[in-house]
Amino acid sequence: MSTAAETVETTRTVHLIIERQDSPESEPYTEEFVVPYRPGMNVIACLMEIQRNPRNKNGDPVAPVTWEMNCLEEICGACTMVINNRPRQACSALVDKLEQPIRIRPMRTFPVVRDLVVDRSRMFDALKKIKAWVPIDGTYDLGPGPRMSERDQQIAYELSRCFTCGACVEACPNVNDKNPFIGPFAISQARLFNMHPTGAMHKEDRLEALMGEGGIHECGNAQNCVQVCPKGIPLTTSIAAMNRQVTYHALGAWLRK
Amino acid sequence: MAVAQAAHKNREFLWRRLHTLSGVIPVGLFLLEHLFTNATALRGPAAFNDAVDAIQTLPLLHFIEFVFIFLPITYHGVFGLYVAFVSGYNANRFSFGRNILFVLQRVTGVITFVFIIFHLWTTRFSGNAPNYDMVHNLVSNPAYFWFMIIGVVAATFHFANGLWSFCIHWGITVGARAQRITAWVTMIVFVVLAGMGVASIIAFTHSA
Repeated sequence: MSTAAETVETTRTVHLIIERQDSPESEPYTEEFVVPYRPGMNVIACLMEIQRNPRNKNGDPVAPVTWEMNCLEEICGACTMVINNRPRQACSALVDKLEQPIRIRPMRTFPVVRDLVVDRSRMFDALKKIKAWVPIDGTYDLGPGPRMSERDQQIAYELSRCFTCGACVEACPNVNDKNPFIGPFAISQARLFNMHPTGAMHKEDRLEALMGEGGIHECGNAQNCVQVCPKGIPLTTSIAAMNRQVTYHALGAWLRK
Repeated sequence: MAVAQAAHKNREFLWRRLHTLSGVIPVGLFLLEHLFTNATALRGPAAFNDAVDAIQTLPLLHFIEFVFIFLPITYHGVFGLYVAFVSGYNANRFSFGRNILFVLQRVTGVITFVFIIFHLWTTRFSGNAPNYDMVHNLVSNPAYFWFMIIGVVAATFHFANGLWSFCIHWGITVGARAQRITAWVTMIVFVVLAGMGVASIIAFTHSA
């Protein structure tokens, strides 16, 4: 490699504009950073660079930007943040494919803890509400359970790839201060566990939950969720499928009374 | 109080489903009937006056009007304002086609709500006999003419796009393909109905 090319390589930089917040109650503010470019770097690498040398664009020392991360291979959802207006995982957001300056902010649909760290416990609460599990615990061996068809396994696999990252909740217009909507992911998870032969034993409970506060009826079909889902989960199909189940359940329950 | 609150919350599902249902049956059906009746004006004042007379001679007209038109349209409109109020709007951040239509559905809903109130005030509750001349006098005013055009386009869009949403809310169109085809079909419905409505308004501008 020639020295001239090397010089160009080392002087290349990445310009970041980050929306920061010091505490859950404090006012947000933006801060700009310039970090040295490295080939193939992702947004996490940029944030690590800021952590290593916590100085803003003007060179003033600042507190390093806080964020969450875990798997670094787009499978845990911890590093989800809004990058250039799109909620996505910072680990799979490659600098080479992003327009600069890269604008980063936390997913404000959730309470912000600090900088890019948000509290997503409302998603966990939603999963508890719709009983997003297959009950298998007992005091004795319950046996292997019914078999699942190959076709259902394929659909279930697609739905099971949800990692509760929050991108769909951030993009949904109906998840807001005035609306208690549980979010698209939870409806898709209800479909997943209603499909499972053992999970189906609690089918009615899930449908009742979807008809409860913040349930499926709060969906306004803006369909942003399916556009931003990093796993390409057919969230809108799940919502419509659960609408069908809920319609049958509601009419059936009413006529049986 | 907590119990009352819980009971209230559980009914939200019912109110929402009644809202989508009432938009199609009977409000949507009435819109179709209304547009078809108005379209008879395209065949001249006499044809329109005959169609109006046929409606005027229906048995139990006031009962039909109140139960099948006035009550559902009021429910759909008032609850719709609440729906529009609790919806979030983020088309500036997410400019996907469906998200823009989501905003338009709410905007046209509010426009249609205001339009219907003024429209009823100047026609049904104006004290004038419902006939060709009454409508002709109204649309002869350019401001009222354009107000009618905007109202008809907003109402037909809201109905057609609402049909698409209705099919999802009731679990009729589940797959992405079914929803995509329904989107095209409902947009054709919009263009046809809007065209029909606009043509009728223009027909009314010709003096009897």
